[in-house]
Amino acid sequence: MKATMQTPADEALATDSPLLEVRNLRKYFPVRGGVFLRTVGQVHAVEDVSFHLNAGETLGLVGESGCGKSTVGKTLLRLLEPTAGEAWFEGRDIAKMNRAELRRLRRDIQIVFQDPFESLNARHTVGKILEEPFVIHRLCSPSERRERVAELLTKVGLDPNAAQRFPHEFSGGQRQRIGIARAIALQPKLIVCDEAVSALDVSIQSQIINLLLDLQREMRLALIFIAHDLAVVKHVSDRIAVMYLGEIVETASARAIHETPRHPYTQALISAIPVPDPTASRDAIVLEGDVPSPVHPPSGCRFHTRCRYARDDCQMSKPELSAAGDGAVACHHWRTLVR
Amino acid sequence: MPLLAVEELSVAFDTEDGAVTVLDRVGFHLEAGETLGLVGESGCGKSVTALAVMGLLPKPAGRVIGGRVVFAGQDLIDAPAEQLRRIRGNRISMIFQEPMTALNPVQRIGRQLAESITLHEPAATAAVTRRSLALLEQVGIPAAEQRLSEYPHQLSGGMRQRVMIAMALASSPDVLIADEPTTALDVTIQAQILEVLRTLQRDTGMAVLFITHDLGVIAELCSRVVVMYAGRVAEQAPVEPLFRAPRHPYTRGLLASIPRLQDEPKTHLTTIPGTVPAIGELPPGCRFANRCPLAQALCSERTPMLETLDANRTVACHRWREAVAS
Repeated sequence: MKATMQTPADEALATDSPLLEVRNLRKYFPVRGGVFLRTVGQVHAVEDVSFHLNAGETLGLVGESGCGKSTVGKTLLRLLEPTAGEAWFEGRDIAKMNRAELRRLRRDIQIVFQDPFESLNARHTVGKILEEPFVIHRLCSPSERRERVAELLTKVGLDPNAAQRFPHEFSGGQRQRIGIARAIALQPKLIVCDEAVSALDVSIQSQIINLLLDLQREMRLALIFIAHDLAVVKHVSDRIAVMYLGEIVETASARAIHETPRHPYTQALISAIPVPDPTASRDAIVLEGDVPSPVHPPSGCRFHTRCRYARDDCQMSKPELSAAGDGAVACHHWRTLVR
Repeated sequence: MPLLAVEELSVAFDTEDGAVTVLDRVGFHLEAGETLGLVGESGCGKSVTALAVMGLLPKPAGRVIGGRVVFAGQDLIDAPAEQLRRIRGNRISMIFQEPMTALNPVQRIGRQLAESITLHEPAATAAVTRRSLALLEQVGIPAAEQRLSEYPHQLSGGMRQRVMIAMALASSPDVLIADEPTTALDVTIQAQILEVLRTLQRDTGMAVLFITHDLGVIAELCSRVVVMYAGRVAEQAPVEPLFRAPRHPYTRGLLASIPRLQDEPKTHLTTIPGTVPAIGELPPGCRFANRCPLAQALCSERTPMLETLDANRTVACHRWREAVAS
């Protein structure tokens, strides 16, 4: 994305360089078949994804099931091994880190999942769960740790007495607060929120969104906010990347994505969101068909099979992400589309 | 006379800690040909209401402890099983959130469709196939003939939901109860399914009881809304006045907490403080009182009755006039 010949390591020394720079990230999963479970194909889950993220900034990753947004998030923590590509975090490539470096990385990058219940050990008290990061990284004395846990619980809006209770005693929203408390325990620089509010009721969802906004300001956290709900993503993000079938099809500031969506997929995604206003005009672009299989993604532009503007060249050649407005768009014809 | 009337319906579930009342005197009615939305958050009782109407409460734990469900003048709660069978799944059909759990995974689509057709009206094989194809086309399934010989797992989530709808339509029901039918689907697929439901309703004139947590979907599809909270009806109204001027503080809070596309990014959302009280720990009086900005002592002492505001609107709140003034 940058024209200079600097290496990311050099850039990291400069003050305005991004916290994270992802270049041509790719993740394929093998499809196994037959008696000997040989690899018979590849799921092209993430294909040449590039983006950057500044300290204290939120990048929203939005798209429908199977678009690869969660895979990107997990690859950044090396919970999944990338197939190819680079992810430079403070001057070091995450893809090439050894175990010691990864351990250090996981103090700086944390993740919050959709269902906190599945990621919280049901047999441990909340206090023990929240002390664990300090134990793993050999920080603080036991009494200091308990103090920190009480601070963390207060910070996420829970009573410090919660430390003595077990995860199942809490509601979904409270459990997500516990998940967030654990994520911020070691004062990370970046948190990946993977559908972190998707399973919550709307009145609770808004509480958690506000909490994330507050913590971000207070701790200068960078966030990668992964979700399928564009209205939610727009609410928390500075910039948004829209993904379709493993690729980024458009990036823009949060405001521009709504006001001037350029990619036909972004336009369809926005128009499909039910508006909580019965008087709103209904001019939904109803996309036909389903998302194609990522095992055999369509040639050329991956969206061409469902795009109402598709022409012959769309299935022949792949459109590159190129600058548009305050972001970029990957569509051969975005300039001539009228909405 | 409404097509379907739910009157003072109360449902209890047996738990380890004794019986808990999960529905408390819920009432609403559904007119022929209309789409009524039943909206609320997890645990508000919207799905239990649907199950009670269908006589599908999990037995023996769940049971109706009061009230009536009247369909076309006939009470379904005490009706004999034989009579119920002629109504349920016949004149009242239901679709669910996850069609994969409602479809038989080891039977072809064609066989399952045929079963729902012949169950209500025995017919010759050729006629059944014709009807199956017509139903699949009606719900917008391309290459319908090929689909008949496929299994549920070969279909996408959206296609499976279409098949479920086709099966529900087989008996040409008067009422379709749709329990979160689009919640598990991606938003572009949800748009397709909502379009299918809209078209079907226009063409067949069936009434739809649409259960969802999503007020956006309500605004798109429904003509009237019932808002539920913690097992009770909070408010009911036609869709436009409800969104324009919600009367119950809960409805107001709910509408205000929705993130909207036109919002300024990175601003605080309005929230409803606290959480829904757990079933079994329900407070006396108004169940929303501990989260309500307008609550007074009275609210936690006396249960507010449903008050009729005008011909179409009811609200259960001691302080709705203050809510309007604020």
